[in-house]
Amino acid sequence: MTLTRIVSALAVVALFSTAASLPVHADELQNIQALLKQGNQSQALDRANTYLASHPKDAQVRFIKGVILTEQNKTAEAIKVFTALTEDFPELPEPYNNLAVLYASQQQYDKARVALEMAIQTHPSYATAHENLGDIYAKMASEAYDRALKLDKSNTAAQTKLSMIKEIFPVNGRLQRPAAKPTVVAAAPAAPVKTAPPVAPAAPAAKAPEKVVEKAPEKPVEKAEKPKQDATHAIDAMLNSWAQAWSNKNVGAYFSHYAADFKTPKGESRAAWEKFRRERIAAPKHIQVSVSAIKVSIKDDTHAQVTFRQHYKADTLNTSATKTLVLIKSGDKWLIQQERVGS
Amino acid sequence: MAYSARARRILSAPIQQSHSTRLARSLAFLRQHRGKLLALCTTLALLPLSEPPATAMGSRPISAAAIHQSNTPEALLVQSLLDIQSNRLDVALKRIDKLIAIEPHFRLAHLIKGDLLMAHTRPLATIGNAPGVAANRLADLRDEARVRLQQHFDPAPLDLVPEYLLQLDQNQRYALVADTNKSRIYLYKNDSGQPRYVSDFYISSGLKGSEKLKEGDQRTPVGVYFVIDNLPKAKLADLYGDAAYPLSYPNEWDKRLGKNGHGIWLHGVPKDTYSRPPRASNGCVVLTNEDLREVEKFLQVGHTPVIISNDIAWIDRKAWNSQRESILHEVEAWRKDWESINTERYLNHYSGQFSNGAQNFAAWSAQKRAVNASKTSVDIKLSNVSIFRYPGKDNMVVVTFDQNYRSNNLSNQMRKRQYWIQDGNAWKIVFEGAA
Repeated sequence: MTLTRIVSALAVVALFSTAASLPVHADELQNIQALLKQGNQSQALDRANTYLASHPKDAQVRFIKGVILTEQNKTAEAIKVFTALTEDFPELPEPYNNLAVLYASQQQYDKARVALEMAIQTHPSYATAHENLGDIYAKMASEAYDRALKLDKSNTAAQTKLSMIKEIFPVNGRLQRPAAKPTVVAAAPAAPVKTAPPVAPAAPAAKAPEKVVEKAPEKPVEKAEKPKQDATHAIDAMLNSWAQAWSNKNVGAYFSHYAADFKTPKGESRAAWEKFRRERIAAPKHIQVSVSAIKVSIKDDTHAQVTFRQHYKADTLNTSATKTLVLIKSGDKWLIQQERVGS
Repeated sequence: MAYSARARRILSAPIQQSHSTRLARSLAFLRQHRGKLLALCTTLALLPLSEPPATAMGSRPISAAAIHQSNTPEALLVQSLLDIQSNRLDVALKRIDKLIAIEPHFRLAHLIKGDLLMAHTRPLATIGNAPGVAANRLADLRDEARVRLQQHFDPAPLDLVPEYLLQLDQNQRYALVADTNKSRIYLYKNDSGQPRYVSDFYISSGLKGSEKLKEGDQRTPVGVYFVIDNLPKAKLADLYGDAAYPLSYPNEWDKRLGKNGHGIWLHGVPKDTYSRPPRASNGCVVLTNEDLREVEKFLQVGHTPVIISNDIAWIDRKAWNSQRESILHEVEAWRKDWESINTERYLNHYSGQFSNGAQNFAAWSAQKRAVNASKTSVDIKLSNVSIFRYPGKDNMVVVTFDQNYRSNNLSNQMRKRQYWIQDGNAWKIVFEGAA
């Protein structure tokens, strides 16, 4: 098995279009998941198909159908299901992730990469996609190295450690996004080495972010430029402190960087978002976030935007991405109002 | 007669500092070759784009880089390495992908691509971050990257010429000069006697280096050679690629020094290969098939000189001219002394170390004295003279000419070759024979 990190449940409440349909849906979904868990794939598929005959739009059941097809090695059909989901629900990261895993299983790494980038775009801190993307890059690198070194073809079948998420989560309305459970497949040449020394989560003097660019003034500072300079420095400091809180896994400090009217990535409630972030940050033993290439643009006294490269290193994951924060000044503090990947 | 190597440019541009950690990682490999690549960083400011256009005066030194195309495989490779240097990894990857589309068998390009992808998951330590691969397997490719980059930053100096090409004869329309240290071969055109730079190409040479001594030593000879044949492609093994042009190794001087071995060719690469590492051949000079097809347009079997050096010495036009004149002057003095039947002055042009393979200086002198004794009139005309300085530590030139000899009792026309060696302030002939 070359793919191991597929997601097997959707975690988005917003998909339940009507409250009335929820109990029926939830029951049926649970039944299907239970069958799948027992290894009864064909029965699970039958029930999913039956349900979909009357509820053709249901994202959760369509999703689980894709997972069932994947487990049955019906890759082409599974790809169809997940592709359709990405078209109907482009805001969901999970179908992209699973599509990527399927593409990867067919050695279509470039397609897999694109799908994962879409997943990350919809949900910047989606760790599973980040991990899978890291693996895809490692796999593509390994192929390139093999060509460079003309290694024996048999080596190119090296396993990736793309992980499939197996856990089925309760569909009780209090959905959780599954924590990534990367399964490290035995030493594949392409697999990034797992090098996370256990770090006490509460270590107070956690390392400072690697190196932070100091925004050098482009021109000699003029008198009129002074407030802008001050704001830029304040934003740099805030960005560092945010990255440090994240690295320290200090969620309280981390949340303190977000404005009260923070626009959550999917429009979920602040509480739901915080809960999700809390789990995310708790999951890895060790996180190190640093920022570089910081570009601050000051809109006015209380509005600014900062774009930077975010270098995220967790137990097995190491990614860099461009990120943009929309900032608002509240009192003397700059706070995050919006967070997105890209510039 | 040591002429200073080409003048180094004064490099004063500051290195652009970036605070990006990724750049720092990407540049780790450059640091590893600090000695060579220090020039790399500083020369960035001197890239053609940043240079003012050449003035009509033509006094500003110009380099070959300015006239190179930017879409050659090598240019794409070098540009992508520069992209990495300036932390434009995405641009670098796009360029490498473009390069691989053009040259799918370019192993070094695949290696760089691997690095660019790997950079997403771990810091890059050097060129070639393939996990679990022994360093010696990567050394070849790293060397190739190094020499190709070096070429970019140290291109053929257009205001200088290799000191070997003192004079091409009228039949020699082009000449090749190889530098085994730089893994490069330079093509020069005979422009009314003046060598004019045309182009240069990456080469692979002997696995064990240069200065070939004997059969099977896997070294490339250093010396003055000529293209002597063109082997039919149909008979070539895949290893030799699209064409093969045997060279005149061992030449007269090699034989005199007891060097042996044979089959030193210019040739191409196998079908499934774009280029071979800098040190790879059994002594041959290997070009990519694409470059060889370009070079062979200019090769003339029996004429084209191929001078192989470890490290080309470059001289300016003035030095080139004065050296050329002084050799021509020596040759003319020899001709005159022979023509005037002044045997002792004539023999004074020969070194005590003279040997033509059959005769040493004593035997040669005795024969010449005997022959000249029967002469009442001699008329000697030399034409079509070529002069090549011999690469290496011997201060020697190879002079070849058509000799039209007429005397009271004998007339003879021949093409003759002489090896002249500097002996104190004088030049003496150490070898003479039919070319």
